[in-house]
Amino acid sequence: MSAGTTATASARARVLWRSPEARRLAAWVFGGLVLALMTGPSGSQAAPVAGFTGSLFHPRVLVFVALGVALWALSFVRARYGERVRETSVHLTRLPARLVRTRRARYGVYLVVLVFAVVYPPTLSGFWQEVLVDQIGVFVLLAIGLNVVVGYAGLLDLGYIAFYAIGAYSGAYWTGALPVHPPFHLNPFFVIPFAIAAAMVAGVILGAPTLRLRGDYLAIVTLGFGEIIQIAATNLQGVTGGAEGVTGVPHFSVHALGVHYAWTLSNLPYYYLLLGFVVLVLFGFRALEDSRVGRAFTAVREDEVAAEAVGINVLKYKVMAFAIGASTSGFAGLLEVSKIGFVTSQDFTVQLSILVLVLVIFGGMGSLPGAVAGAAFLQWVPQILRQHPLFGYQPQDLYIYLGALLVVMMIFRPEGMLPSRRRKRELALAEQGIGTADAMSGSADPAAGVAP
Amino acid sequence: MTGLADASVLAPPVGDPIVAVAHVTLRFGGVTSLADVSLQQERGEVLAVIGPNGAGKTSLFNCLTGVYTPQEGTIEFRPEGKSAVSVVGRRPSRVNRLGIARTFQASRLFNALTAFENVRVGVESRLHTGPAGAMLLLPRTRRENRRSRDRSEELLAFVGLTDRADELASALPYGDQRKLEIARALATGPELLLLDEPAAGTNLAEKDALQDVIHRVNTEMGVSVLLIEHDMRLVMAAAHRVAVLNFGRLIAMGTPAVVQHDEAVIEAYLGRTDAGTAPEGGADEAAGPEEGT
Repeated sequence: MSAGTTATASARARVLWRSPEARRLAAWVFGGLVLALMTGPSGSQAAPVAGFTGSLFHPRVLVFVALGVALWALSFVRARYGERVRETSVHLTRLPARLVRTRRARYGVYLVVLVFAVVYPPTLSGFWQEVLVDQIGVFVLLAIGLNVVVGYAGLLDLGYIAFYAIGAYSGAYWTGALPVHPPFHLNPFFVIPFAIAAAMVAGVILGAPTLRLRGDYLAIVTLGFGEIIQIAATNLQGVTGGAEGVTGVPHFSVHALGVHYAWTLSNLPYYYLLLGFVVLVLFGFRALEDSRVGRAFTAVREDEVAAEAVGINVLKYKVMAFAIGASTSGFAGLLEVSKIGFVTSQDFTVQLSILVLVLVIFGGMGSLPGAVAGAAFLQWVPQILRQHPLFGYQPQDLYIYLGALLVVMMIFRPEGMLPSRRRKRELALAEQGIGTADAMSGSADPAAGVAP
Repeated sequence: MTGLADASVLAPPVGDPIVAVAHVTLRFGGVTSLADVSLQQERGEVLAVIGPNGAGKTSLFNCLTGVYTPQEGTIEFRPEGKSAVSVVGRRPSRVNRLGIARTFQASRLFNALTAFENVRVGVESRLHTGPAGAMLLLPRTRRENRRSRDRSEELLAFVGLTDRADELASALPYGDQRKLEIARALATGPELLLLDEPAAGTNLAEKDALQDVIHRVNTEMGVSVLLIEHDMRLVMAAAHRVAVLNFGRLIAMGTPAVVQHDEAVIEAYLGRTDAGTAPEGGADEAAGPEEGT
């Protein structure tokens, strides 16, 4: 072992370190270590470094490092052979892709999914039926509502759950469950227009002044709004029941034309009610997307200055998108509060707003099938993994994993699971240097091309 | 010909103006972008605005379309058969609804939409379907959909882009993008069309095609055209009259032939031999905020 060989060895190491692949590998491994550390056991006063040793000197760290290396290898292969893989896959999927693109085939797929959604749930256990209603059904509705705001109009709304809260409290108020009493008590079915209207009015009141702001500022204001609603709901104990909440919100029931039926705590009937509403909303939003209003949303998202120049009142359409999203959220709030029968201010956390945003981004911004699939998938898989002996996780770590998932997705598939055609085009264009892939409006230079 | 033109130089034309700009001054901080500009455009006229870079041409457009609000002066628009309305202080979408449409110096198409959809957005800004009507697919929505589809096809045919209807706006060749921008502006049914350097960056064949489109917009559709252009061949062929701006001031106005021989114009473009007496505001030119692009 002479000094010369160590010198060349260190020189070789330096050369290796300079190669982008090595740095990328280091970054992936580092990411894995951070994830292991963040989700591992925490230290205590008696053993302050127990968190580190427990995370980094425990076999579980290997899982995370292996994941990092695997993803590095995937990105390496993609960078090297991505073009060829893409060409072959385009070649192989040309026929199915063309089939799916025909309207009849697409409706065929939707029909199969719908039939499956009707027939399959009765065979599930009670636990999974509950997941289906409380975790999946409600969040699918929330995601397709937020998709209008974020996906169509390109507005970043971080206080979305506030409208869910407003819908929930409307439900509790009009059915007489809150400490303050309404002039008359209503069946939840008749509360629907009230809940939607309340959330929509709140959306307009918040939106009209703040939607003049661009991108980041709007996100901050909506974040603040979400906090205000939750804190107000906690502190106004005499009105909302505060953090302890109120119980006794009645279930949906039908008493008309000789039909008497009441929903109960049991999940399956609520699932079908929710499914019906979701399908209705989906039909509505599908028509909206391919309409004058939907195209105007896209125009506003793409280029506000040009949209104004062709006579589109940008502010009006932004408020409209915001209000449509808000009312969907309020509707979901009413359904959930009536199903579980009680409401507490503790439910409306900012994490929930972010979760819905993650569902939309994961599914594919601006795409209805994406929002549905993203919400269903991301709400379902953690429930499976939670109990799993190998992949089991602590519930409080869920958001860390979701964050990591989003980071990975932004690298490999930034357009989301089932992207919309328009969004896919935008990203493809951005790669060619045309326009901006940033879906949030306001990031594009507003003056470009206006000033000489 | 020359005698007639002589009379019109810098003299306000009498007749039926579609837009009247009077004493407009636009400042950005200490920079004066437009200084006491007054001009009128006759109904049915193709008026070109020329001038060196930084002369205030696009600033004038931005004042006319509500993007900028001038500090002083008035801009009146007179839609056919209606009383005059002031443009100043209205937001761009309102101005567009009055009947003034524009294109941009650098194309600002909706890149992720197809050519057809781009035009359709313009057509649909005049229709009335709201979100509820759209979601419920009411009869009126269907009627309007048919109408907007037909009108968009007509307009694409008008500018000669029928074959490219389903292509992405950004995938079109540059000349076609310029034509598409004109079609989108026409889709809003304007009486006055503002074209900001439509021929910039196009080749000779594309320039000829553009000239033809401008001519037909003017004659077949009866739309008045206000045109900013650097290509003198196009200006001379397309415009009835030419207004010349320099350092934010109107220095000449008249038929193309007259303006071409105007001494102030020649001086503005070529400079003067006895240097040192640069016009007021000369130092501002480089610092002006309108120099952004």
